[in-house]
Amino acid sequence: MSFDEEMQAALVTFVIESQELLQAMEADLISLEQHEDPSATIASIFRAAHTIKGSAGLFGLEHIVRFTHVVESVLDTLRNGSLSVSTGLIAILLPCRDHIALLIQALAEGQQTEDTAQAQRGKSLLEKLRPYLGDAKGLATMQATQSGSVVGMARSHEGALQAGNWHLSLRFGANSLRNGMDPFSFIRYLATLGTIVSINTLTDAMPEAADMDPETSYLGFEIDLQSDADKAAIEDVFEFVREDSLIQVLPPNSSIAEYIQLIQSLPESELRLGEIFVNTGVLTQSELDTGLPQQANPEAVIAQNKPVASSVGVTTSTVQSANDAAQDKQKLNKGNKSLENQSIRVDSEKLDQLIDLVGELVISCAAANLRAVQLHDSKLLETNAKILGLVEEVRDSTLKLRMVPIGSTFSRFQRVVRDVSAELDKDISLVITGGDTEVDKSVIEHIADPLMHLIRNAMDHGIESAAVRAERGKPAKGTLKLNAYHESGTIVIEVSDDGAGLNRERILAKAIERGLIQSGTNLSEKEIYALIFEPGFSTVEQVSNLSGRGVGMDVVKQNIAAMRGVIEIVSVPGEGMTLRIRLPLTLAIIDGFLVGVGESFFVVPQDRIVECVELPKTNKPYEFMNLRGELLPFIRLGSVFNIKHETAKRENVVVVDVAGQKTGLVVDQLIGEFQTVIKPLGKLFNHVQGIGGSTILGSGEVALIIDVPVLVNYKSQREKAA
Amino acid sequence: MQTLDIKGEMTIYTAAEQKIQLLAFIESGQELCCNLAEVSELDTAGTQLLILAKQEAAWADKKLSFVKHSKVVLEVLALVNLTELLGDPLVLNVVEHSS
Repeated sequence: MSFDEEMQAALVTFVIESQELLQAMEADLISLEQHEDPSATIASIFRAAHTIKGSAGLFGLEHIVRFTHVVESVLDTLRNGSLSVSTGLIAILLPCRDHIALLIQALAEGQQTEDTAQAQRGKSLLEKLRPYLGDAKGLATMQATQSGSVVGMARSHEGALQAGNWHLSLRFGANSLRNGMDPFSFIRYLATLGTIVSINTLTDAMPEAADMDPETSYLGFEIDLQSDADKAAIEDVFEFVREDSLIQVLPPNSSIAEYIQLIQSLPESELRLGEIFVNTGVLTQSELDTGLPQQANPEAVIAQNKPVASSVGVTTSTVQSANDAAQDKQKLNKGNKSLENQSIRVDSEKLDQLIDLVGELVISCAAANLRAVQLHDSKLLETNAKILGLVEEVRDSTLKLRMVPIGSTFSRFQRVVRDVSAELDKDISLVITGGDTEVDKSVIEHIADPLMHLIRNAMDHGIESAAVRAERGKPAKGTLKLNAYHESGTIVIEVSDDGAGLNRERILAKAIERGLIQSGTNLSEKEIYALIFEPGFSTVEQVSNLSGRGVGMDVVKQNIAAMRGVIEIVSVPGEGMTLRIRLPLTLAIIDGFLVGVGESFFVVPQDRIVECVELPKTNKPYEFMNLRGELLPFIRLGSVFNIKHETAKRENVVVVDVAGQKTGLVVDQLIGEFQTVIKPLGKLFNHVQGIGGSTILGSGEVALIIDVPVLVNYKSQREKAA
Repeated sequence: MQTLDIKGEMTIYTAAEQKIQLLAFIESGQELCCNLAEVSELDTAGTQLLILAKQEAAWADKKLSFVKHSKVVLEVLALVNLTELLGDPLVLNVVEHSS
């Protein structure tokens, strides 16, 4: 990988991580007011800003560093308690977060510097932050950073943990200056990789005036750097001077022996260096005392250009025990680290591939099983059954890999609720429960939009204004609840509010006005409420800019139906309503019904099926039939998909339901229930309508999964055209 | 008390010349004051000269102070943590006592 490519890849990671941090930051900012002791939350917000700033500096993204630094300064004053949390401050920090997100987004789209509009926006935001910067120090550091210096930042972190820092020993080659390599510029660049916790400039090599060549480099540097960069990245800083310079990099938490070895390998006296190490807190005096005199064979180590970090632990029991102690400490630190990094990032495509493979494994197992049955080999059957059981377990746990808690999706709405309630001038709080409930990632991706609509709707139409609420004897603050739980293989997501609830009469009147139902139709409560999902239905006279544009609820229903989910409404007039969405846990597996047409097999999603009936023999020439007095149009799968087959003696009709409209699918054979992994069709079949995917049967044959709504629409459109 | 104003850059390009200038200045008296207000650029070579001057003065048992550091100088000294060594005379005194 070339350097450019590497940077590009690193940049992508930076964008992803920043976006995650920003999302967490948003949630933290919103929850800030609710905490009694917000210090942990503030610390986490600060860390997020700090990390983004640090990484942005690494990529030389000056504009992000500059802006984030000021935000960080304000957060720092919050953290050390000289500023306290206030609604006003949060109201400014939130847009600041958005601005950073905007800059990151622009970066993701390839914009490496800010444009005028962004600069303007950033400036006006910083202007608003200024009053909170309070003490002169914050301002000073801010100006220092703006003028391109890194020193102000570096100095403000002197409290950082010493042992967790990189230690760099730099002795630049005598000719560095003559070659145009100014050591200072390397140190400046190094500072962009992290925070220079301490730096000691060694002038020991400076000769007397007479021998001093003003163009020779004499200075040495001992630097403690706090950085998340890896060793290679830090060493790369000195790539151009490495040849004739002595550059040694010790990673954080190196053992005492390694430091001692480093000290001995450097040209300056042990005493002088030891003093520096103790002063900067890298080693304690006693560690130094035990380490130094005991090192019996320094010749091996003194070889100057040898990278010290690679040769670990030498001789003598005293050093060994000091070493052990250090390593124990290291282990402890590593233990902590492993707790922090419990999750790993995996490309979702890889997971999909794995699931695909496991699906195929299930199918192959079924095939092997079939063969065993045919052979009447009971031993083989037994083995197969065991394998099948294991494979199914593997499949289940693989599918679980894609499961993510819905909480992060929920908490995004905190912000929405906050913003929208400000816009509507209503006081509404969002209560989230069941955030731990896990659901397939693909479901999460698709649920956000419908949820957004439902929440906006509930806030706009459901929850009354404070005045009306007071009149009705309700608390002035409206409550919106998001809840999720598992129920018999599905996930249930509830959006409930304590608003006015649905008005039966008004819905009925509107439905009659719109011609959706006949007046005098007798409808159950549920059926009436379901009317709000009809296209073009909106009961609010006043169209607000949030919702109530007459689009939406029907789209919500469609989106949910597309995920093979259902939505229902529970409403208590005057007390509020609950929208309950029921979704399958995963979109990768389907409960289907296997049918046969001639030699071909099809899977009809079970949740679409109303019933199965036999096609009356007398019905042949028509495209519809009489189903208990109702006219049922039907589609002959055989003719739609051009399957040449002899008409079976007995044809069956699978009655499916699309948006309340019943349609029949005529097939030859009804085979039975079939749970299967959906395999997407290849690109070649993208244009094929009415097929949602495929699956492979145990016998090795392919069965196509029917996309019922598309098929029915396709059919009715063709009829209209004809 | 002798005073020297260093003007313009103190870099690798000017170091040879400035070395002679600084050493001559140290020869010129017992109490020396070097004004850095007009230093517009300071790199490693320049910094080394300041250190050399300080060292020479100390060996000759003379008192050399750097004063009125320009912003550029202060920034460099802060970067490499040499403010104590080459900073204001006030700071310098403290250091001398402690060592």
